[in-house]
Amino acid sequence: MEPGEVKALSKPLLAGFCVMAALVFAGCRSPDTYYWGHYEDVIYGMYAHPDRVPPEVQIQKLEEDVHKAISANKPLPPGFRAHLGYAYSEVGKWDLARQEFEAEKKAFPESAIFMDRLLTNLAKK
Amino acid sequence: MKRLLFILWGMALVCGLTGCVSKPYDYTNFRAHPPRSLLVLTPLNQSTDVRGTYGYLSSVSKPLAEMGYYIYPVAVVDEFMKENGLPTAGEMQQIPLQKIHDVFGADAVLYLTVLDYGSKYQIIASTTTVSAKGKLVDVATGTTLWEGFAVAQESSSSGNLIGDLIVAAVDQAINSSTDQAHNLGAQVNQQMFTTKDHGLLYGPYFPKEKAN
Repeated sequence: MEPGEVKALSKPLLAGFCVMAALVFAGCRSPDTYYWGHYEDVIYGMYAHPDRVPPEVQIQKLEEDVHKAISANKPLPPGFRAHLGYAYSEVGKWDLARQEFEAEKKAFPESAIFMDRLLTNLAKK
Repeated sequence: MKRLLFILWGMALVCGLTGCVSKPYDYTNFRAHPPRSLLVLTPLNQSTDVRGTYGYLSSVSKPLAEMGYYIYPVAVVDEFMKENGLPTAGEMQQIPLQKIHDVFGADAVLYLTVLDYGSKYQIIASTTTVSAKGKLVDVATGTTLWEGFAVAQESSSSGNLIGDLIVAAVDQAINSSTDQAHNLGAQVNQQMFTTKDHGLLYGPYFPKEKAN
């Protein structure tokens, strides 16, 4: 077989493998509905390394994710805004905390009772 | 150094004493009381590693939310309860359902228990095991909607004694710094909640185009 024939054969073969691989991956796992960013890493970090992941760091990471989620045109997951709001309240940023609890409520009406409770607690501060 | 990595998957359903692993879960109660919102309480930890509680809890939200449910912010809920006089998972899991309804408005509560979390270092290999069980209860009626169990295990061995001794030592160093069990915990959750016929049914936020 000439070297050229090998080349000619390998291209469609390679393309075939790519298509197959794409199909297999598409079948295995559909893309996430939400933009998760650092949300779960932040939760892990705040308990595993509280000294390295204080509320200030949580806020920084989650704020980055908010922008990235907008760029990716994906919604933020349930609980994300509530966590960000909680982190704001930990550092005394009451207005920002309030905004996030309201945003969680708007995005997920199921959260309303708990968010209202957190908002009531904020109002006392 | 040649290193083989075995990832052993295990999946079983908690279904009484019969141990019927492959039989699909009976979703009669689940379908009768389909929840929209799930309150995940801080897990009980029966493992020997104190990191199990939060190392495991931190990977619960994603698979559940991607199944289509509203998942309350797990860390905020945990902190909220601590601030309200419930410092331990044991106490949190004792809260009456009526109280959960009043405070959170959740449709269902997920009670989790970490059974294994961590690594065992034998001479020739190290094995990391994470296993957990879960029980979903309808807040309004107290009915059990679903129960599940999953285990993930990862072990390393090369078939070469000197090499294995080095692998075990290196693993010990890496595991203690990166908490490898945390990564396995995510696999346990994925397995426990999303496996067809054994995991949860899709919730109201699950995109219709994905279900087909």
